[in-house]
Amino acid sequence: MKDYGMVIVGAGEAGARAAAELRARGWTGAVTLIGDERHAPYERPPLSKQALSEDGEPAPVTILDRPKLEELGIRLLSGDAAARIDRASHEVHLAGGARVPYERLLLATGANPRKLSLPGNASNEMLYLRKFEDALAIRGRLAAGKRAVVIGGGFIGLETAASARAKGCEVTLIEAAPRILMRGVPEPIAAMVEELHRRNGVSFKTGTGIESVNREGGEYVVSLADGSRVRCDVIVTGIGAVPETSLAAECGLEIENGVKADEYLATSDPDIFAAGDCCSFPHPLYEGKRIRLEAWRNAQDQGTHAAGNMLGDRAPYGAVPWFWSDQYDRTLQVSGLADPSNTTVLRDLGDAGKLYFHLDGEGRLVSASGMGTPGGIAKDIRLAEMLIEKRAHPSPESLADAGFRLKELLKA
Amino acid sequence: MAQTEWIEACEVDDIEEEDVIRFDHGDRTFAIYRTDKGDFYASDGYCTHERFHLSNGLVMGSTIECPKHNGRFDIPTGAAKRAPVCVDLKTYPVKLENGKVYIQI
Ligand SMILES: Cc1cc2nc3c(=O)[nH]c(=O)nc-3n(C[C@H](O)[C@H](O)[C@H](O)COP(=O)(O)OP(=O)(O)OC[C@H]3O[C@@H](n4cnc5c(N)ncnc54)[C@H](O)[C@@H]3O)c2cc1C
Ligand code: FES
Repeated sequence: MKDYGMVIVGAGEAGARAAAELRARGWTGAVTLIGDERHAPYERPPLSKQALSEDGEPAPVTILDRPKLEELGIRLLSGDAAARIDRASHEVHLAGGARVPYERLLLATGANPRKLSLPGNASNEMLYLRKFEDALAIRGRLAAGKRAVVIGGGFIGLETAASARAKGCEVTLIEAAPRILMRGVPEPIAAMVEELHRRNGVSFKTGTGIESVNREGGEYVVSLADGSRVRCDVIVTGIGAVPETSLAAECGLEIENGVKADEYLATSDPDIFAAGDCCSFPHPLYEGKRIRLEAWRNAQDQGTHAAGNMLGDRAPYGAVPWFWSDQYDRTLQVSGLADPSNTTVLRDLGDAGKLYFHLDGEGRLVSASGMGTPGGIAKDIRLAEMLIEKRAHPSPESLADAGFRLKELLKA
Repeated sequence: MAQTEWIEACEVDDIEEEDVIRFDHGDRTFAIYRTDKGDFYASDGYCTHERFHLSNGLVMGSTIECPKHNGRFDIPTGAAKRAPVCVDLKTYPVKLENGKVYIQI
């Protein structure tokens, strides 16, 4: 290889892990991490949790702080965006004018909140949550006695609602679909989450669209399709994310629900790889179905994995999808891809929580979703992950029997 | 060197093979492990990433996996083995006497 070195665009979860892995694998050439945020790489999950709810001045929780970057010999170009990729000359052009040559390039550009445009004069005053500054802006508006509206019953909306409750706000969550968490988790788990939020004082307006958002004097008025109105002091919108593909599209890489990568996480240009929220890839455990995940562990694992392939591993990526979400004192964890179309098995752990397993038509375990205390469900979710990885066909009876140790199934 | 002492943590039979239990002493929390080979070890009870009880985690061979974000540690040495954990876990000497597990803290 030439001494152009390895270049990573996007200094987030996937980008940071990739940079660290290049060094861990002994790559001694240049490693350049290009990030448009001014921070060293930091964790996003705390943004909807501790950064909103905890007392004291929040600070980004760094993944690789500057001393560590220096120690590893990773050059971080922060506060400057990659504006264009010149594939012919193997160069990244930065918005600030600099050019960075690459031998291999990783796109780890993440995703952006999907914007909601509504009639009324306050549509562009709604807040979104993706970056540290977004969390600061929202946090500054949450205080005891304030009224918050959260639009969108996905994970980020729900965690924001819980944090707003912790701050003493009155919270109304509006979801256009008939229920919250329509995608990704079994219906009974979504019902448990909603019930938990209700018990903690969140009001729900589900199955109703929004007609308009207006500022009237010192407050906002959200008018709903069912004729009702909600008055509030802050509106946070969390209706999903859109993969950041503009750089890739502009230089002619294939796009399909994200930057299109193959099983080696290589894009349609063999010298350019993709990882994390921006990347769609075929998953070998799900018949090669093309998926894109917006999950922390996936970003971590793909970043690490892509680094190996940038160095020539040519190893396919097939980690079992896993994510968690914290809701008050409970946690939700899912491994695999939830698919209720065949068999669903309940494992009831009593006060510790509930797990739902999905088996496919042949009885193979494809997902496990749990909601409960972290101590209660995490072990079984992790064991299920290993069973999914092994393409195991566990008996529904043993999955359902809370007294039966799932570890035994691994030995089978 | 601070003073150390041996304290009785549990019965040998309290921990199954390839498992972990929590042991509280004063205001401190420890995790006591029995590996797949039947060896006993002890460490601080909380994960070094966030304050989370490792005793709720899964022991695989001689590795403990944190239940919260799946960080991993080598049980005998306490070495951090998988992101997001990057700080090693403090370990404590263990001895077995008359069917009881003692740890030196
Ligand atoms: C509020 C919040 C809470 C979350 N909570 C959880 C959770 O509880 N559990 C879970 O599993 N997952 C959670 N996630 C998801 C998880 O954080 C993401 O999946 C993960 O951060 C994705 O990593 P990434 O590297 O792909 O993208 P990111 O971490 O978003 O990093 C991408 C970076 O690239 C930068 N960038 C983009 N374009 C350019 C460019 N042209 N030039 C330079 N830089 C660029 C972006 O500014 C960003 O800094 C949460 C996400 C958010 C936003
Ligand atoms: S708290 Fe243990 S890995 Fe995060």
